[in-house]
Amino acid sequence: MQDIKETIDRDLLWLATAGSVDNGKSTLIGRLLHDCHAIYQDQLSSLEKISFKKGLSEVDLSLLTDGLSAEREQGITIDVAYRYFNTDRRRIIIADVPGHEQYTRNMVTGCSNADAVLILMDAQKGLTTQSKRHLFIASMMKIPNILIVVNKMDAVDYRQDVFAKIKQDCLSYISRLNIKEVDFIPVSAIKGDMVVFRGEAMPWYKDTTIIEYLNKIKVSLSNNEDSLRLPIQLTVRGEGEPRCYTGKMESGVLKKGDEVLILPSKIKTAIKAIFIGKKKLEMASAGQSVSVMLVDEVDVGRGDLIVRQSELPEKANEIEAMLCWMDNNPLEMGRSYLIKQMNKTCRVDISNVSYRVNIDNLYHESAASLRLNEIGRVFVKTNNELLFDAYEDNKYTGSFILIDEINKSTVAAGIILN
Amino acid sequence: MSEYNLNYLEKLEAESIHIIREAAAEFQNPVMLYSIGKDSSVLLRLAQKAFYPAKIPFPLLHIDTGYKFREMIEFRDYYTKKIAANLIVHKNEEATALAFKPEQAHTDEYIYYKKTKPLLEAIKKHDFDAAFGGARREEEKSRAKERIFSIRDANGVWDPKNQRPELWHLYNTKLKEGQTARIFPLSNWTEADIWMYIKQEDIEIVPLYFAKRQKVVRRNNVFLRLDEFVQVKEGEEVIEGMFRYRTLGCSPSTGAVPSEAITLEEIIAEVISAKNSERENRAIDYSSENSMEQKKKEGYF
Repeated sequence: MQDIKETIDRDLLWLATAGSVDNGKSTLIGRLLHDCHAIYQDQLSSLEKISFKKGLSEVDLSLLTDGLSAEREQGITIDVAYRYFNTDRRRIIIADVPGHEQYTRNMVTGCSNADAVLILMDAQKGLTTQSKRHLFIASMMKIPNILIVVNKMDAVDYRQDVFAKIKQDCLSYISRLNIKEVDFIPVSAIKGDMVVFRGEAMPWYKDTTIIEYLNKIKVSLSNNEDSLRLPIQLTVRGEGEPRCYTGKMESGVLKKGDEVLILPSKIKTAIKAIFIGKKKLEMASAGQSVSVMLVDEVDVGRGDLIVRQSELPEKANEIEAMLCWMDNNPLEMGRSYLIKQMNKTCRVDISNVSYRVNIDNLYHESAASLRLNEIGRVFVKTNNELLFDAYEDNKYTGSFILIDEINKSTVAAGIILN
Repeated sequence: MSEYNLNYLEKLEAESIHIIREAAAEFQNPVMLYSIGKDSSVLLRLAQKAFYPAKIPFPLLHIDTGYKFREMIEFRDYYTKKIAANLIVHKNEEATALAFKPEQAHTDEYIYYKKTKPLLEAIKKHDFDAAFGGARREEEKSRAKERIFSIRDANGVWDPKNQRPELWHLYNTKLKEGQTARIFPLSNWTEADIWMYIKQEDIEIVPLYFAKRQKVVRRNNVFLRLDEFVQVKEGEEVIEGMFRYRTLGCSPSTGAVPSEAITLEEIIAEVISAKNSERENRAIDYSSENSMEQKKKEGYF
């Protein structure tokens, strides 16, 4: 029997996977799940049935990831889908981003919580326009681990020079982006080479398989070393007890007795107690949802932020941001949008698009507006002051969404610049 | 692991608590769907943690079909009383719904009249603008594409092709006139996670989850326990043996699995090494290939 403690003591890795169906992405994910024993027998036999109905001789693992009926009918993937599996070290959550439709919107969404992104290329096609788009978005979203998987190596006779050429092309393109490091793995998803097992077809490749890579990379523990950011979600009070302030530690570490500053009111106080449920903690770290009691009875509410005096965030009602437009209706200057950033929602006015990025060639183009799937740099004026960090420093205090005030849809995702 | 390093169960817990608080802070009148099963039990514990030392600030809603296992109803009444929760029980009392026989419990019509319709009615009657549910993305393929904050139109309908993008920890809770939200704090949990959390937190659950010697019949490839809703039909053989349930629902449509697992440790070991998915014994998923997607579109949780 597997030890329970050992099972729980895995850490969590969010992985976004990008690439089109033609590159064999569904097959790759199916292969990962299959070889990690994350596919149940009844699911597999239902796949067998469907594969058989379609006249295929082998089980089509890609069918596993086609969730919605419209997708199966059209043979495409519409939306980000989430998958779960375990390696012997980690729990992995895959945000599977479709390649064809709405690639920008979906990729930005899938990457927003990712510790790593896997960008799939086809060994026969090499670095395509779509791969360039994926690399640009991964760099803009500051994904700390970028893995380029060159799939369908079986179709090019597992040739080392084909892999080397693609690697070279990617590296020369990446030099124009803000990416520190990428890794490359040659793979045949359909045969299983270098996914979970090494296989015997590529003895010239000595580095990690995909699974070894996923086990090896660092996940976002670095948040603990960052400044303390505890945005308040909600105040709770038990009968006859002092108020507690609840929220998720977006970064940093908080200890009982720590002196803190409440923003925006700038009231100084100290931490009297930290709880998760009934359990009292001496210390809380990034990622935990806590509730805290303060030494002084002060006025704190939703939208306030607990920080340290020595680590103040930015404060402004005018910010510059990269905006990814996600709605069918284009950005309209003067239209009323709401911004949600940390736990605060207020009205915004977008006064100006500085430029739009042509993500095929990285040129900055002048633009009066942004349409669905376009990315541009904008000035955002908010009617309340916002507390924030640059996205580069803290992705949770440096990001926001825009909501159309009339039809309530989420129309854009924003990344706050320095 | 270093002292700063959260394990994945702690991360899942933190995410769920954040989601529950966010919904409680932003919606006017939320409710928590309480199905009495293991996922509901975990959801309830997370809600308690989210608001401690205060009580859970919203009611629980149970949609009763009338054919639930009697152990479930007993547990519901005992447990909600124990934690002093505000429980609303809603049942479709119209003649069409009452006319369904236990043998029809797996049909689409039964699901609609006994579950989906009364759920939508209850939401309307009490003017709830948001309802928490314990669904997990891992459970079923159409659920894999569900948002954590998922919008339903005035008729309770889900439009999977027109979902709001969901980024970072920023949830859009704004609703248009008539819209309501479904909130799934357990989206990223798996069946094994649920069990490990139940063990870690020592959460009480319906005894049916533990293996017990009982009498069943084999019908449509599942083992149905003999009780007030399931009687032996001619030609059926009564089997007596050790069985437990992996999921709970209506007695006449929920199959038991042969199992010797009588402790949580044994259940966890069984789940981790399971060869089949937990929904294999749920007849309602199998009426067609798009079964769950279709039911979700109509308003089923």
